[in-house]
Amino acid sequence: MPAAARATRPTLAVFKLASCDGCQLTLLDCEDELLELAGRVEIRHFLEASSAVGSGPYDLALVEGSITTAEDRRRVHEIRAAARHLVTIGACATAGGIQALRNFADVAEYRATVYARPEYIATLATSTPVSAHVPVDFELRGCPIDRGQLLEVITAFLVGRKPDIPDHSVCFACKRRGTVCVTVAHGTPCLGPVTHAGCGAICPAYGRGCYGCFGPSASPNLPALIPLLRRDGMDEPTLGRALRTYNATAFAELAARSGEERPS
Amino acid sequence: MKDVRRDAWVLRDDGLAALVRELARDGRQVIGPTVRDGAIVLAEVDDAAQLPHGWGVELAAGRYRLVRREDAMVFAHSAGPQSWKAYLHPQHVRRWTADRNAGGEWTVRGEDEREADAVPAYAFLGVRPCDLRAIAVQGRVLGGGPGADTAYRRRLDRTFIVAVECTDPGATCFCTSMGSGPAVDVHDRGYDLAMTELLDEGGHRFLIRAGSDAGAELLTRLPVEGAAPLTESAARHVVADAAERMGRSMPPVDLHALMAGSMAAERWDDVASRCLTCGNCTMVCPTCFCTTTEDVTDLTGDHAERWQRWDSCFDLDFSQLHGGPVRASGRSRYRQWLTHKLGTWHDQFGESGCVGCGRCIVWCPVGIDITEEAAALAEETGQPENRGSVQAAESVRHARQEGGGRR
Repeated sequence: MPAAARATRPTLAVFKLASCDGCQLTLLDCEDELLELAGRVEIRHFLEASSAVGSGPYDLALVEGSITTAEDRRRVHEIRAAARHLVTIGACATAGGIQALRNFADVAEYRATVYARPEYIATLATSTPVSAHVPVDFELRGCPIDRGQLLEVITAFLVGRKPDIPDHSVCFACKRRGTVCVTVAHGTPCLGPVTHAGCGAICPAYGRGCYGCFGPSASPNLPALIPLLRRDGMDEPTLGRALRTYNATAFAELAARSGEERPS
Repeated sequence: MKDVRRDAWVLRDDGLAALVRELARDGRQVIGPTVRDGAIVLAEVDDAAQLPHGWGVELAAGRYRLVRREDAMVFAHSAGPQSWKAYLHPQHVRRWTADRNAGGEWTVRGEDEREADAVPAYAFLGVRPCDLRAIAVQGRVLGGGPGADTAYRRRLDRTFIVAVECTDPGATCFCTSMGSGPAVDVHDRGYDLAMTELLDEGGHRFLIRAGSDAGAELLTRLPVEGAAPLTESAARHVVADAAERMGRSMPPVDLHALMAGSMAAERWDDVASRCLTCGNCTMVCPTCFCTTTEDVTDLTGDHAERWQRWDSCFDLDFSQLHGGPVRASGRSRYRQWLTHKLGTWHDQFGESGCVGCGRCIVWCPVGIDITEEAAALAEETGQPENRGSVQAAESVRHARQEGGGRR
């Protein structure tokens, strides 16, 4: 590639807040496409891959993780200011992640239970998505995100088109791949009808129910599904846990909203 | 000399192996029912032993169970989780590709029809009469008129269809209400061979007759014997008996008028409170045909593809326009689906979009029942009963007159 073309390559940055690194790893997991991507963009900040760090501004910033500390709350504004497009990746960044379970509990109590010297731990009372703090250009769901969807989002932002990321239910994906419905044919509880597609409906293809790791779909009807989950053997604690995993706050907001809302 | 075109013949149960073998010998990919993952699904079958011998199903709204039968019937089961549209109208199809060369010039290539020929022609084994009608209905939508989808048309034209009459309808079946079963209509030209499965004192056998020249030719290669009049009457009897055992029925009203007169019904609120808007009903429906467009670019920006994939009127994005979706509520989306299926389909295509297979009832996780919703709307709006069953007759008439879905 000529030096001039190299100099004008768009710049990509990957940032991590409170998270497990799994979504960033999805980028490294792209393997063949990663080499091609590395030729097309200048990866200027990606600590998972390289300790060489370049400064902004960045054409595209991918942000993993939720806001759980005062430091990250400040830092996310810096990232936003340095990024032309900010895309959040994964359940932590888009919904607060599993660490948002603290939102339903007393974080001081958790801290005292877990750490020998709790006074060393500086943390916020809640875990919140990036979009609660700064404007976000696109939210890519999943725990972890899907490799193909990540490449689609990056490709779309690089050429300036809208990413093709459907927000319908997992049922669409099951039916498209020819999976026999685990709820209808086996009586297995499944969150698929209220869960955002994107994983390719992996769990039902292996005979187990969807556990909602992509969070709610665009038009979930949770009150209609809950009686089915109970019928198929979920007791109240199990039901609570099913809805309070990686996207706990998103499903909780949904449950609260659907309590008041009547279909129009 | 056999008058294979006119007469009915008998194929013994071991003759199914010959049928599968001869279809495969013609270079066809044989698709038929087989047991997988606790259901009778459609899949490639290369041996008659893979057919669901002795398997049946128990159906209810939102419930499907595979069960062992006490007999060895092969086709005594009703609509499974997929329909034949999975093969004729696949969920993901590439329409064209575009490539940019070093000089910046674009070359656009449509999916070459010769490539379509490279795909093996199908033989569908075990198409129920409701699904035979569904293939014709979808064929008139996708394969007929000035906007015909030529790739679809070629897939349909190259498919060999072995229809099997229905002798054991499920609890969610209502083909008699829609005039689409359980018998194969002899005036229907949509099949190549039609069979009726019999298991009685006369043994396990199939009454078989040709519906096309290709079917007649294939018959000459099968180990068949002439059918005795008693066998023919036994076959007529089991199918007529099946007509009396439908698990569901549509309310006997003019469904087209009912839908047109129900737009403001309160029942839509009731069904919307139960509807998951998950899209399962449209995906399993053998006539639902809607697709969306997917444009794919690669990282270089020098290669682009356009794909077509199944979409659903339950997807918010389906009616997305500038400013938001036209049908934002579950109420409006369910109403759109039902009024199109039973009502405006008549205005668009001259027949009903429903064939009474019952898949939308079975595969709806919450068990919303199209016949129950239609009955509730009829009751709420006071739609008068129509004893003549006009829509069923109209449907049959159109199916015969309009050639779109014929092969």
